[in-house]
Amino acid sequence: MPVKVMIPSPLRPYAGKRDSAEFAAQTVGEALGHLTTEFAELRKHLFTEDGKLRSFVNVYVNDEDIRYLAKENTPTKDGDTISIIPSIAGGTRT
Amino acid sequence: MAESIAIWISGHLAEKIRAHGAETYPHECCGALLGRDSNTVLERDRGRDALAPAREIRQLFPLVNRRDDSPRNRFSVTAEDVLTAEKAARAQGLEVVGWYHSHPDHPARPSEYDRDHAWPWYSYIIVSVHNGAPQEMTSWRLNEDRAEFSPEGIEIRQRAAV
Repeated sequence: MPVKVMIPSPLRPYAGKRDSAEFAAQTVGEALGHLTTEFAELRKHLFTEDGKLRSFVNVYVNDEDIRYLAKENTPTKDGDTISIIPSIAGGTRT
Repeated sequence: MAESIAIWISGHLAEKIRAHGAETYPHECCGALLGRDSNTVLERDRGRDALAPAREIRQLFPLVNRRDDSPRNRFSVTAEDVLTAEKAARAQGLEVVGWYHSHPDHPARPSEYDRDHAWPWYSYIIVSVHNGAPQEMTSWRLNEDRAEFSPEGIEIRQRAAV
């Protein structure tokens, strides 16, 4: 059953300029896996080299931050919307 | 390095970014850049228009730096702030096309920390603030391989009549 993944503006150039995509997925991790398989260029912007979600990538299922659910194992059901929301950080030195 | 894409900003908005940096000194300021992308005539060459991508900043959305622990050398914008900025942009028929922040007592050059936390596509404007006085302002965009930023030309111009 499809879940909808909302793609934020900065990532649309790597997703065929689409603002969303639908996949059959039982978990958030599965949906993001399908997304980065279909649009391989997205992978390096969402995940670190060891496969973890980057710290400034926030993922919500409907209105819930998956950090407070089961992270990438958060289950999804038909009609759910997964949103990828940027957070922004920077500064002068490491 | 090529400055392939220019961003346009009015003198008024450029001054507001500098003023925000001075206001929060010695802490970093931050905010969203609201605008739009277009293919625009950059120059007329022998009667033919040369079309090139351009990004116009139409509004600013100043934000509170969420980094209470080290605001002198870090800034942070939460996902909730991003959603608020996006909502404000949509209400004006614009979108969030980038972010600005200040570098107190440091050059207007992106740091390794900036690069490590950057998103592609967004424009990152940095204003250097020395001893409380705003100095150089630059704009940068992350390269597709995430290895480095490329500079963007900032063109200060008066807004065209709408």
